[in-house]
Amino acid sequence: MSQKGIISVNGTKVPLDGEKNLLQVVRKAGIQMPTFCYHSELSVYGACRLCIVDIEGKGIDTSCSTPPRDGMVIKTHTPKLRKMRKTLIELLLANHDNSCTTCDKSSACKLKDLASDLGVTNIPFKKTRESRKPDILSPSLVRYPDKCVLCGDCVRYCHEIQGVGAIDFAYRGEDVVVTPAFNKSLAHVDCINCGQCAAVCPTGAIIPRSEVARVWEALGDESKTVVAQIAPAVRSSIGEMFGIPESSVTVGKIMNALKVIGFKEVYDTSFGADMTVLEETNEFLQRRKRGDERTMFTSCCPGWVKYAEQFHPELNDQLSTCMSPQGMVGSLGKKLISQTEGKLEKDVIMVSIMPCTAKKFEKERPELSHDGTPIVDFVLTTQELGKMIKEAGVVFEEISPASADLPFGLYSTAGLGFGATQGVAEAVARYAARTMNGKELSDFEPVEVENNPQWKEVIINEGALDLKMAVVAGTKNAETLIGKIQSGEVSYDIVEVMACPGGCIAGGGQPVSYDSAIIEKRKAALKNAGKINPIHAPEENPYVQKIIEKMLGGKVGGHEAHDLLHTTYQSRKRIDFDSMSLADAGREAPVEVNVCVGTSCFLRGSQEILASMGDKIEQEHWSGRINLKATFCSESCSHGPTVTVGDRKMFKADMGMVVEEVEKQLGSIPAGAEK
Amino acid sequence: MVTPVVNAEKLNNFSKVCEILERFDRQPSKIIPILQAVQEEYRYLPEEIMTFVATSLGISPARVFGVATFYSHFSLEPKGKNIIKVCDGTACHVKGSSGLIDVIRRELKLTEKEPTTEDLLFTLETVSCLGACGLAPAVVINEKVFGQVSKKQMKDLIDEYRTKED
Repeated sequence: MSQKGIISVNGTKVPLDGEKNLLQVVRKAGIQMPTFCYHSELSVYGACRLCIVDIEGKGIDTSCSTPPRDGMVIKTHTPKLRKMRKTLIELLLANHDNSCTTCDKSSACKLKDLASDLGVTNIPFKKTRESRKPDILSPSLVRYPDKCVLCGDCVRYCHEIQGVGAIDFAYRGEDVVVTPAFNKSLAHVDCINCGQCAAVCPTGAIIPRSEVARVWEALGDESKTVVAQIAPAVRSSIGEMFGIPESSVTVGKIMNALKVIGFKEVYDTSFGADMTVLEETNEFLQRRKRGDERTMFTSCCPGWVKYAEQFHPELNDQLSTCMSPQGMVGSLGKKLISQTEGKLEKDVIMVSIMPCTAKKFEKERPELSHDGTPIVDFVLTTQELGKMIKEAGVVFEEISPASADLPFGLYSTAGLGFGATQGVAEAVARYAARTMNGKELSDFEPVEVENNPQWKEVIINEGALDLKMAVVAGTKNAETLIGKIQSGEVSYDIVEVMACPGGCIAGGGQPVSYDSAIIEKRKAALKNAGKINPIHAPEENPYVQKIIEKMLGGKVGGHEAHDLLHTTYQSRKRIDFDSMSLADAGREAPVEVNVCVGTSCFLRGSQEILASMGDKIEQEHWSGRINLKATFCSESCSHGPTVTVGDRKMFKADMGMVVEEVEKQLGSIPAGAEK
Repeated sequence: MVTPVVNAEKLNNFSKVCEILERFDRQPSKIIPILQAVQEEYRYLPEEIMTFVATSLGISPARVFGVATFYSHFSLEPKGKNIIKVCDGTACHVKGSSGLIDVIRRELKLTEKEPTTEDLLFTLETVSCLGACGLAPAVVINEKVFGQVSKKQMKDLIDEYRTKED
């Protein structure tokens, strides 16, 4: 697209410079053009009709879907166009749940703003749609279908950028609704909880699930010691909620505000990031020592981790076993505070403040608990923190800074860098260089792959360090990268994956912003926050060293670290279903055989196994002793066919293996033993 | 002890779905004919089969659900073995199709919201025009067309199909 020429916009001559559509030209001319469904990074949809313009000789059309041509003469705000836009908003409001005063999105609602900007003062149309129930089951997000304007931004983001497609349009005409498959809850489908749907939603139809009320409740409970940890990216964006520039926000202000709110101790998740750098680098080196030459993927991002578990369980043992920094501070913090305070871990309440909605899901993972007690009790997004600060009556603009509490309040610049893409990879590479070469890495400059700013690679070849890394953001990009690794087209030692393009600073829990330059601003703010920090390297953090001495048996990667700072992963189905039972011996059947019939298992012959098992059960008179089930994709695709017999999972299974295992398991249970 | 069953019908249907997917080369663009063929086998689109179809074609289950709910041809609820289609187009309506619908609903204990009998033997559907206005009011049971149907004949037809099932 290098269309040249001149377009007349409301009488002003605007030169073309490769704009893809008329909307970009109009905006370049300095004219405010309202849109719901236009996002430059998504495909053009043309559904909201707000960007209509009058094109001479062509009539009225949407500017987002019209390619610019030399000599076009367009008008943007004729009386007719203004009236049409106003009517469009009136029609949207007719069926909208207009509970603006109690809506969580009220302060950042595009629909509300546009209704006001376009002079909508009453709604002349009657409500025609039946009200639909909100979806409140997901730990990360809440959906209010009655607030949806059907712009499809969320649908396209989930599909085009994340490659997940957890939500889509269903039904037709007036009944159209954006919904997960089969009208299930987001909690029961393949949603990775990244929250980008909420970030692009112009209304309150999808919002982060608020835990503010429960945190206030915990703060009011005198039997609990309530502490907080704050993620690197939060300091880069909280100022947006108070209309103050990020450069004047210091983490100290946030720490003081948290103290005023009532948190007993306030920590920095960047400490956990420092810990992660040491553990993860050590883990990588150990893997290589063991002769494991496969790619190691980072595990800090819970959106990515769930994506991998669902779509690539074959990579489960290639994900770093390190807990995320939130998990590490939670795990160490709960243990240490409960010891010093002489309390049970359940009476120490750890509240994380995160830029992320997926962290809300992560805290509920059973793997992130000590003997059943969660290591993080609540996760507040940056948005929720801003609201709590307001609710507490803190004048954030004026509050003086306070320091974070020790030991988990001190951090290095490297740990702070986890807040944006590339931060994890860079910290690990630099630490590895210092450890192996005894000196700093000369530079770390990843370059874009295939002109994709969200996929970069870097090859390091210095002294004893020989490392090829990739940094990727957006799970669709990750998917492409995994495909290339698995086909042998590319190879990497370490791949950093962040679900949100831009990394945590662009997380789904950050303040809602319609500023296209916001990610760059937050990135600069994060960098700025690191400048004043005297500690550059994680291993220079004296409190990291103290904790290693005191709690981790004096070494990185030791037994104690394994118990406290590492985790495990599980295979997940995309959609919660019962599998389809083909031979049912009832609940008491001694052996259960599950055959995966997902695509790639099918191509590798799982259907034959299933059919032969059916025959075999009859021939061998195994009926009554075996439950045979077809499962709909256990998502271990590259190792298919996947069959589980009892609790044993078999990859690349064939009939011989399955029968052998069934016989073995049946053999250990004499016939009739179940009765 | 529960009686063990190898569910032959399910297994059979399932291999048919696999055949259907093969027949259409697992092409995502063929989702509509694939769902049509699947519906022929099952008489509706079961959730787990839609999920299976979706993962087989490499598209999201939410999208398949979107397609399945867009077209009124697709049913997400099990349909009866016998489908009674009553034409309620202009000509048939004038000639008394609504009386036939009443008879069917009364005889089979159906309502507008529950068009399928509990025993899954009958489903009542109304169609907008069968293009057989000369035969008004027209009724199609499975593939067979009946013209100028009276209320009495309608009741007899139901009895006849019921007897066949006994």
